[in-house]
Amino acid sequence: MEQTRIPLVDLKNISIAFGGIRAVDDASVDLYPGEVVALLGHNGAGKSTLIKILSGAYKRDSGAIFVRGEEAQISNPRDAKKYGIETIYQTLALADNVDAAANLFLGREIMTAYGTLDDVAMEAEARKVMGRLNPRFQRFKEPVSKLSGGQRQSVAIARAILFNARILIMDEPTAALGPQETAQVGELVKQLKADGIGIFLISHDIHDVFDLADRVCVMKNGQVVGTARTQDVTKDEVLGMIILGKCPPGAIPGPGAMQIAA
Amino acid sequence: MTDTTTNAPADRARTTELTPIGRFLKATEIDTRMLGMVGALLLIWIGLQVISSLRLGVNPFEFDSRTFLTFRNLWNLSVQASAVAIMATGMVLVIVMRNIDLSVGSAEGLIGMVMGFAQVHFLVRTVGLELGNPWIWALALAIGIALGLVIGALQGFVIAYMEVPAFIVTLGGLLIWRGAAWWVTSGQTIAPLDATFQLMGGGPQGAIGATWSWIVGLVACLAVVLALLNGRQQRKRFKFPLRPLWAEAFLGAVTCGVILGAIWIANSYPWPIGIVRRYAEANGITIPEGGLFIAHGIAIPVLIAVAVGIVMTFVTNRTRFGRYVFAIGGNPEAANLAGINTRWITMKVFMIMGVLAAISAAVSSARLNSATNSLGTLDELLVIAAAVIGGTSLAGGAGTVAGAMLGALLMQSLQSGMVLLNIDTPLQNIVVGLVLVVAVWLDTLYRKRV
Ligand SMILES: Nc1ncnc2c1ncn2[C@@H]1O[C@H](COP(=O)(O)OP(=O)(O)OP(=O)(O)O)[C@@H](O)[C@H]1O
Ligand SMILES: [Mg+2]
Repeated sequence: MEQTRIPLVDLKNISIAFGGIRAVDDASVDLYPGEVVALLGHNGAGKSTLIKILSGAYKRDSGAIFVRGEEAQISNPRDAKKYGIETIYQTLALADNVDAAANLFLGREIMTAYGTLDDVAMEAEARKVMGRLNPRFQRFKEPVSKLSGGQRQSVAIARAILFNARILIMDEPTAALGPQETAQVGELVKQLKADGIGIFLISHDIHDVFDLADRVCVMKNGQVVGTARTQDVTKDEVLGMIILGKCPPGAIPGPGAMQIAA
Repeated sequence: MTDTTTNAPADRARTTELTPIGRFLKATEIDTRMLGMVGALLLIWIGLQVISSLRLGVNPFEFDSRTFLTFRNLWNLSVQASAVAIMATGMVLVIVMRNIDLSVGSAEGLIGMVMGFAQVHFLVRTVGLELGNPWIWALALAIGIALGLVIGALQGFVIAYMEVPAFIVTLGGLLIWRGAAWWVTSGQTIAPLDATFQLMGGGPQGAIGATWSWIVGLVACLAVVLALLNGRQQRKRFKFPLRPLWAEAFLGAVTCGVILGAIWIANSYPWPIGIVRRYAEANGITIPEGGLFIAHGIAIPVLIAVAVGIVMTFVTNRTRFGRYVFAIGGNPEAANLAGINTRWITMKVFMIMGVLAAISAAVSSARLNSATNSLGTLDELLVIAAAVIGGTSLAGGAGTVAGAMLGALLMQSLQSGMVLLNIDTPLQNIVVGLVLVVAVWLDTLYRKRV
């Protein structure tokens, strides 16, 4: 069934090296509308690097990116945003010295008729979107450096959903959030999924992943171990993929799958 | 989309109890840092007044033409501070972006020489304009500004696109532009300058007189009131909390008071007797008994500096460009990921700095009525010090244009005061150096608390 549909994003044979390190090595993964694909792997497996190539933060050494079946030219973050790709970075990527509204609209400010910044309108919009994520958040006037880790994360998430993303990349979006805020992000993911948005979700919390994701894609040492639908594999099998690189029968093996000695 | 902003409790830690002063500051939203600077400036003024009076053995609270707080001294102070203040507004942006510009003094020198050469030699001999032609000053200034733009663009390009650290590029610029200034005339001073050009430097002719000064002051007050009203209107549009009315009235009254006070000072400083006599003769006026009082009014260089300050404040606070400068200073990586063209913004900041160096060159060479190749020597240090004293953080990401201009005024006050007190130059340098370090230390303490 899936073969007939066109994937929203198709990353094909992506590689990038930093100095001598092959951070991502011949990785391929795809994403369909309304689908959540979890990217899993140990620390340093290359997850963030792979999605940063999609978001335009890094330039790949080789491979191709297809968006809705057409090859996409993504060489900087602006290009990616034109394709409706929004990203919540692991490092949050907030300008600490300006307030939440300025961060939400950074690069896409609302302007008045006279071509000046419309701070009041931006703050009003910021209040709306933050209300969806973290209703108790009130500190709109302070620079984000004064916010708590979780509040900062909420700002980063709000920024990604503010501009009608078609493709959302979430790199450990709930790492700093409390249980209630995490649940709220889970709700948000379901809501966005229902709207037909495709989501790449990177998380180390395997329970979260099984609750939210339709498929998992496991990486190890820059390579894809395998991809599987969550209903076809167990949590233990996925852990085996992450730790040992062992591809279970329910998964489609990738180049990084452990070769079973003959 | 559900809107849940309204009835949820704030996730704020319990606010600390406010003292009456704290409540007052909160209601008026006054920047306490700025208040501190104004306080420091007044303290220095009063201190210098007391010291200069005691040395003369007169009462510091009675007017005496030889003490620090005289109309003449304050007026001169404002003129002398203009050149550094103009460049300090640009240095704020440079430092906010985590860069530095050590070349502004040398660039000022080179541009001053080129403008001098243009108005006295090039435009007259080569282009063939008549001496005193009103186009000369405008063309000379345009040439200077264009040169400033080119110098800034060149340095900015090397810094932004070739990724050579700003410290090194502008340190090179410091040497290069000073050397180039010498080459323009092989070190010869160019004087006198074009008569119209000279007006940019102040002096009895280079001030706008009492009537125009009052008009400018009233227009400024009107603008203050309109700005306050507009701010209120904007907040109402989205039902944001408003400042209490008394706080708005207080802010308006104080700002207008300061503006009109400054104009009153400028209008209380009369032309010297000699110039009044010549003016009277030229216009066929008989000087009445007791002399003729003709006020200077606001000096043109001060008007230029204030205009630059207003434009630069607008640019930093109200435009996309300004927002990006601050975002880049806060987190360059984040700004880049947000799709901001950080290199182009960096280059533009240096171009603005170059233009401001050109305006300063015009003001200071006009004031001296000569272009020398040493014009602006050490100005880079004064400009950086003014920006830093004014609250610009060398770590990047924080600073205000108004603060930097106040910083320039503060430094000039110290310097003029020490000249008045006959303190020798080495000691002056020691004092300025100490003040710089202490000011930044106080600022560090302040930032930790707020
Ligand atoms: N900018 C860079 N320069 C050099 N090496 C890098 C850079 N970014 C990542 N790497 C290297 O690439 C590899 C993959 O890093 P990446 O950040 O993609 O891991 P990750 O899977 O996201 O890990 P984590 O779970 O810890 O976030 C690591 O070995 C890392 O050291
Ligand atoms: Mg990562």
